[in-house]
Amino acid sequence: MTVQELPGAATYRPTPPPAWKPITDPAPLLPDPEPYRVLGTDAIADADPELLLRLHAELVRGRRYNTQATALTKQGRLAVYPSSTGQEACEIAAALVLEERDWLFPSYRDTLAAVARGLDPVEALTLLRGDRHTGYDPREHRIAPLCTPLATQLPHAVGLAHAARLKGDDVVALAMVGDGGTSEGDFHEALNFAAVWKAPVVFLVQNNGFAISVPLAKQTAAPSLAHKAVGYGMPGRLVDGNDAPAVHQVLSEAVARARRGGGPTLIEAVTYRMEAHTNADDATRYRVDSEVEAWRAHDPVQLLERELTGRGLLDDEGIAQAKEAAERMAAALRDRMNADPELAPMDLFTHVYAEQTSQLREQAAALRAELDAEQDHEHSAEEGR
Amino acid sequence: MTTAATKAGARTAKAKPATMAQALGRALRDSMAEDPTVHVLGEDVGTLGGVFRITDGLAEEFGDDRCTDTPLAEAGILGAAVGMAMYGLRPVVEMQFDAFAYPAFEQLMSHVAKMRNRTGGAMPLPITVRVPYGGGIGGVEHHSDSSEAYYMATPGLHVVTPATVEDAYGLLRASIASDDPVVFLEPKRLYWSKADWSPEAPAEVGPIGKAVVRRTGRSATLITYGPSLPVCMEAAEAAVAEGWDLEVVDLRSLVPFDDETVAASVRRTGRAVVVHESPGFGGPGGEIAARITERCFHHLEAPVLRVAGFDIPYPPPMLERHHLPGVDRVLDAVARLQWEADS
Ligand SMILES: Cc1ncc(C[n+]2csc(CCOP(=O)(O)OP(=O)(O)O)c2C)c(N)n1
Repeated sequence: MTVQELPGAATYRPTPPPAWKPITDPAPLLPDPEPYRVLGTDAIADADPELLLRLHAELVRGRRYNTQATALTKQGRLAVYPSSTGQEACEIAAALVLEERDWLFPSYRDTLAAVARGLDPVEALTLLRGDRHTGYDPREHRIAPLCTPLATQLPHAVGLAHAARLKGDDVVALAMVGDGGTSEGDFHEALNFAAVWKAPVVFLVQNNGFAISVPLAKQTAAPSLAHKAVGYGMPGRLVDGNDAPAVHQVLSEAVARARRGGGPTLIEAVTYRMEAHTNADDATRYRVDSEVEAWRAHDPVQLLERELTGRGLLDDEGIAQAKEAAERMAAALRDRMNADPELAPMDLFTHVYAEQTSQLREQAAALRAELDAEQDHEHSAEEGR
Repeated sequence: MTTAATKAGARTAKAKPATMAQALGRALRDSMAEDPTVHVLGEDVGTLGGVFRITDGLAEEFGDDRCTDTPLAEAGILGAAVGMAMYGLRPVVEMQFDAFAYPAFEQLMSHVAKMRNRTGGAMPLPITVRVPYGGGIGGVEHHSDSSEAYYMATPGLHVVTPATVEDAYGLLRASIASDDPVVFLEPKRLYWSKADWSPEAPAEVGPIGKAVVRRTGRSATLITYGPSLPVCMEAAEAAVAEGWDLEVVDLRSLVPFDDETVAASVRRTGRAVVVHESPGFGGPGGEIAARITERCFHHLEAPVLRVAGFDIPYPPPMLERHHLPGVDRVLDAVARLQWEADS
């Protein structure tokens, strides 16, 4: 029943309750209905050619990284790899848009963003190879550990950005999450904290259509994931996630806004996961080839390459050069990943606490004894030969 | 309140009655004053000073940025604290009540406890999570849980719980100074317990992980912590009439566990009862009994007994006195320690 239907409604004009006043006009916070695009639009004229070429080279390298890492799973060199093939524009833009002092908070799928930010490709893969949880010092690269529990890295990004601002540093945190991750409580809590604290955080949702097998329609009833922003009081932006310059531009604007104290932004990049969830998943059970093919025609590398060649910014030689650089990276990665990682079992006890508890010291001594016994056994077996 | 605390407090010149709540507040204040990276955050910790008033006056003295009223979201609070610690701060998080810390379990288990390990030692998280715990204050449901077993079962966390006014101050200071995350369990029914205590000359409590013998005795050892310490001290006094001379060990820290002090005591007495109010099944007492058995088997005159809360969801307040281990239950257990073996 609306107010007008109430008896006496013609004369009765309700006043708002005393405490009520709108805090923010939601209109500027709402996303545009269409994902923002640069490629094939007038906006391309404003794009810096150097940036476009850099994006292209990085996309080609990123694609090659994804295929190489996937190949490493088939050779048993990687336990698992969640490929970001098809999503490289988001990964690369996220890495390139940050200053050195800024922080990246990647999910498990965002190895590529970490590598594009400058992380050693092998260090970036140790989690997935299974020898170390995090193969790098997060503080050195300002890349938080690749995060497996969905959306839990988002409040960390908020806390870090908040702390940086309290210390007077103009540091921005960029946190990445998948479409499925937006349903987690931590996503909501992080957005709310960020908005209330006006924390310099940018949330980048890569909507790649599926959370393992579950399509977006079963994940949310919201008109778009970017719409979720408005309820928290921050702007939501929709962008074509396969349009690298568009993602770069939207992220840049959000980062700049955060840096000047304007608070957080939620960005939904509409993209597609071309491969299965990981090498262990069978995507044919939940999606049809025609859908994948339609997205193949909207490939981020092809989209950019076509625009750049059409505009005379890139020729066959330039493309070949980018491919060669990517091949060199892949060959080096292959070689280095073919070496067995050195593992030190005693390290199991080293980094649980600053100082080992007496309980851990006892357990470490027991393992030491086991290892020594193993070694003695091997020695005597060798001598007996 | 406890005899031990009163005696220790009386040693200092300016000692006057102070509650555990005041000692905790003072520990926060002193830590914040000494170290500008210490930040307090939680629900109602600012203007109100916390529902138990532990953070009273901190926002006024140090400002909203150092003592922050957060949105009402435990995972968000602890998750933000993780990020703050990653950037070099020392967050102290207040969870309003034991059972309301559960929404933050994922952050605690997956990140707070593991970050040092996940990053090969590169990124320790010096976070203190203060959790008022336990019953006996007539709280309605979800306000009286004893969750220590969950925290104890999570490698990477220290689990600390004071039972005296002096320890409340000293252990909280030590926890905030620790480079590892500490779950600091505050026995809420002891918040208003008093001791003559001087904040100007607080007793040293040493590093986290040391148990203390609160009462020496020869007949048997009561091993306890937090809210059950006063119960055990009272039981030990009452036991004198029965001819039993009980030793009482206050663990103070559940992780790390002080095997040395506990084993030394049980070897002396040959008998042990573990007393706590959290449920017995899967509870701390089982772990403690096992450790004692492993170390002291040949010294034991009787099986290690447990006196614990029932294995039930925390009962309604009008029934809680039946659930909480009291003096009688402790004495009954002591009586079951096969005394005939001695005589
Ligand atoms: C808290 C939590 N629940 C479940 C999982 C198991 N899991 C891993 S990935 C995934 C789907 C995530 O989908 P989405 O957020 O869309 O990211 P995408 O994999 O598509 O990049 C699930 C359910 C998890 N990692 N964490």
